[in-house]
Amino acid sequence: MSNKGLLSGAFLCMVGAASAAPADVQTGQQLYSQCAICHQIGDGAINTIGPELRNIIGREAGVHPDYRFSDSLVEAGADGLVWDEATLDRFLENPRDLIPGTKMNYRGMRDDDDRAALIAYLASFGGESRDVPAAAETFEVAPEILAIAGDAAYGEYLSGECTSCHNSSDADDGIPSISGHSPEYFVTVMQAYKQGAREHPVMSMLARRLSNEEIAGLAAYFETVD
Amino acid sequence: MTLNRRFFMGTAVAAAGALAAPMVRAQGKPRVVVVGGGAGGATAARYIAKDSDGAIDVTLIEPSRSYYTCFFSNLYIGGFREIDSLAHSYGTLASDFDVNVVHDWAVGVDRDAKTVTLASGASLPYDRLILSPGIDFVDDAVPGWSVASQNAMPHAYKGGSQTELLKAQIMAMPQGGTFAMVAPPNPYRCPPGPYERVSMVAHALKESNPTAKILILDPKPGFSKQALFEDGWSRHYSGMVERIGPDFGGENVSVNPDEMTVDIDGMVQKVDVCNVIPAQKAGHIAEVAGLTEDNWAPVNAADLSSTMDENIHILGDSAAQGDMPKSGFSANSQAKVCANAIRGALTGSTVFPARFSNTCWSLIDANDGVKVGATYEATDEKIASVEGFISEVGESDEVREATYEESIGWYQAITEDMFGVS
Repeated sequence: MSNKGLLSGAFLCMVGAASAAPADVQTGQQLYSQCAICHQIGDGAINTIGPELRNIIGREAGVHPDYRFSDSLVEAGADGLVWDEATLDRFLENPRDLIPGTKMNYRGMRDDDDRAALIAYLASFGGESRDVPAAAETFEVAPEILAIAGDAAYGEYLSGECTSCHNSSDADDGIPSISGHSPEYFVTVMQAYKQGAREHPVMSMLARRLSNEEIAGLAAYFETVD
Repeated sequence: MTLNRRFFMGTAVAAAGALAAPMVRAQGKPRVVVVGGGAGGATAARYIAKDSDGAIDVTLIEPSRSYYTCFFSNLYIGGFREIDSLAHSYGTLASDFDVNVVHDWAVGVDRDAKTVTLASGASLPYDRLILSPGIDFVDDAVPGWSVASQNAMPHAYKGGSQTELLKAQIMAMPQGGTFAMVAPPNPYRCPPGPYERVSMVAHALKESNPTAKILILDPKPGFSKQALFEDGWSRHYSGMVERIGPDFGGENVSVNPDEMTVDIDGMVQKVDVCNVIPAQKAGHIAEVAGLTEDNWAPVNAADLSSTMDENIHILGDSAAQGDMPKSGFSANSQAKVCANAIRGALTGSTVFPARFSNTCWSLIDANDGVKVGATYEATDEKIASVEGFISEVGESDEVREATYEESIGWYQAITEDMFGVS
């Protein structure tokens, strides 16, 4: 719905080798690869599965243009939660401990030093800084694939294969919600599985046998589902 | 059984001279009757009702008011789920999808009159009938055991009270006692199920009764996810689990529920809990309807219609369909293909090509989950597998934990897909 500016179908798939940086930031960059599946950061970052994380330090929780947060996170922000080193540290240690209803499907980072390094990395994108992480790898879908007009009725039928595992609510219990994404984003992620840029046993298998037209159909259908 | 069979044969003969009989309820909406409210039947009822938007009258016949899923019941035995979390009602299917939910037993099918008879005596006409009755047990499959002895030696292979009974018996075992499982021959519901159960029993006993033993008496030379389970048992439950395969008498087992003994190829052993999972067959109503052959109901892959009656579809465990394992996931997948085909036949809506998939997650110990899955397509002969995957021995703790968490997400999703979001 809200991911219109998808930069010609590219998304940050993974953060590559670090540039010259203080040691802990460099460690943090490596640790960020876990986060990069859902959160973009750096120049041109946009909201994808999770909100983009530039200038996260000092941001009020649950507030970011065009991103639909869980009700719990919105409430926490309204109650005064602001992301700083201390609150991020608590959140990242065990997200559901701090925000029980969060959509973020991450079990937490137990090591204190790792969290400090990750937060240092996040903080390096604060203020006016718009540094691009060096050697960021991106996955791009060919424009002609993105241009395919999907048959939403066929997509609705095909979606039966998705809804056995992806539930319709916002609660990301082990398996993320897949409703309400822009077709460009949906197609890009599915093509990343289909073409091997992303791997997951179930998703890779299912995506490989979907044709480009079928993926477009699914994207057209899921855009309409809240 | 004989009576029912005669009932069917008799009506077939009687109707032979009346082929021009008017369609039942020709004036009204087409009627679909679904027998069995599990992963196949509930899903089919919901999808037909939802997608036809009132154009098809859908009736679901299911004796239980609260449906306890068999999938995840092992997690209750292991202490990872509460029994109430496995219970689901049919209220949302009735209120939000206008499915006519009838809590009764289907006891007869008159294929010529196209009616289903209920235990209450009522008769329901159908244009299409879906049978999704799950499994029943083959008589005398394990000598000495019958449904009459299922309290002494529970099968716990249909969800609900049997699951609770087995768990209670496990928790009451004497220190150092023996839990025996008589494992079933192929094919049966949920291929990894008995071995996940062994894992969950071991998990429960490891805390409360660490010197207890688990004995698997198995007629099969190998089993689903064998390497993964055996690796997990040696890592988590070293010395607790012993499996006796067919080479050592596992295929020649009888039981004595009164004495609580098992006879393994002539060697009699006293046990404290005995979980007998007998050989299985299609749910009884499929046999009553005259649609089974060698214990299961053969179907056409494209729409799950019976090879013996084009107006009856058979879903899930009861169907002999080809390569898909008998699982709730498979039944749910088949139900959506079947629903699309029936809707097309009755209302002229587009029928899309069949495609199926299955994934089975199993829990070995806390945060140690594994999975196996495949995609399938319809061929002229059967549902045929296309591509598959399986977890590997030696995966990281993070992968195993994520796999377990996926299974929790799947449970939430599939039960919403069956019963609607309450």
